[in-house]
Amino acid sequence: MSFQFRTLITVAAVGFGAAVPAALTIDPANSRVTATFRQMNVPVDGAFTKVAGAVSFDATHPEAATARIDIDTSGFDLGMEDYNAEVRKKEWFDSATYPKASFVSSAFKALGGDRYQAVGKLSIKGTSIEVRVPVTVRREAAATVFEGTLPVSRKTFGIGDAGWNEVVDDSVSVKFHIVQPR
Amino acid sequence: MPQRYTRTAVGLHWLIALLIAGAFGLGWFMSDLPLSPDKLKYYAWHKWLGVTVFLLAVLRVAWRLSHRPPEPPTMPAWQLRASTWSHRLLYGLIFVLPLSGWLYSSASGYPVVYLGLVQLPDLIGKNKQVAALFHELHELLGYAMLALLAAHVAGAIKHQFLDRDGLMARMWFGR
Repeated sequence: MSFQFRTLITVAAVGFGAAVPAALTIDPANSRVTATFRQMNVPVDGAFTKVAGAVSFDATHPEAATARIDIDTSGFDLGMEDYNAEVRKKEWFDSATYPKASFVSSAFKALGGDRYQAVGKLSIKGTSIEVRVPVTVRREAAATVFEGTLPVSRKTFGIGDAGWNEVVDDSVSVKFHIVQPR
Repeated sequence: MPQRYTRTAVGLHWLIALLIAGAFGLGWFMSDLPLSPDKLKYYAWHKWLGVTVFLLAVLRVAWRLSHRPPEPPTMPAWQLRASTWSHRLLYGLIFVLPLSGWLYSSASGYPVVYLGLVQLPDLIGKNKQVAALFHELHELLGYAMLALLAAHVAGAIKHQFLDRDGLMARMWFGR
């Protein structure tokens, strides 16, 4: 009786422990988040140079996964300094007021194979929305790699203004490659 | 022996001249503007003009090689040599100048999308230092083109008004 009860407790504890591994800090040097948009139909890539965060993920319990990715909006690099200065302005990221953009997820849904859907909250420039992000998870020798692309509308977050909207498309494709060392 | 260039050659000459003048003026004007949506439009138009010049240059050289140009009027040997070489350089520049702009676009990560419709392949990868280099080169070649054009026009004026050899009529439409 007591033995059975203890076994039950142990099984539950092990199960719980496996489902919620400690959130491990991501590798900022090898993690990349880029944004691709069209300007007069010209595809332009920009890279967020400062990415931080932590992910807790166990393939056997994806529903218990958590992820938090923080991005410095002032670190968006379009390859030219005057462009970089422009997007830090009030009309764009307003980096002085909103230095960080973040994605916080508290559940992954398994979609089969290495594909998942991270359900979470995307916060940019003081606006938060619910998003479902398609993620592929790859186990490499010393790291787990999370990759995917999320289309984001600038309008939703008030990024850009009427003048710029004439030459820059509303839809921005945000691509991420998050490396979490094990 | 033909007396003047063919109508096609004359048309291409003046069309390219007009487009170069537009691209040069726009390039001069836009490069020091502060960043704005309009500046991006000017850059796009400048690139479209450049691509058009490049395409017409291909046609023009093909035409030139398959159609005999008129014989030059009598002039001292050094003038003939200067004329031959300045024309060769001009022909070269109508290719190389747009090409350097294309390379600059590729290196800076802003590909050329002709007329907003056709994306040209990137000739080289994105690289800040390389982009700065091609920017310099593009500008230098632009000034070289300006200097050559000044000499080209000065030569035409000299022939027309000092030598009075009717040279300019060869590059206009006629019977």
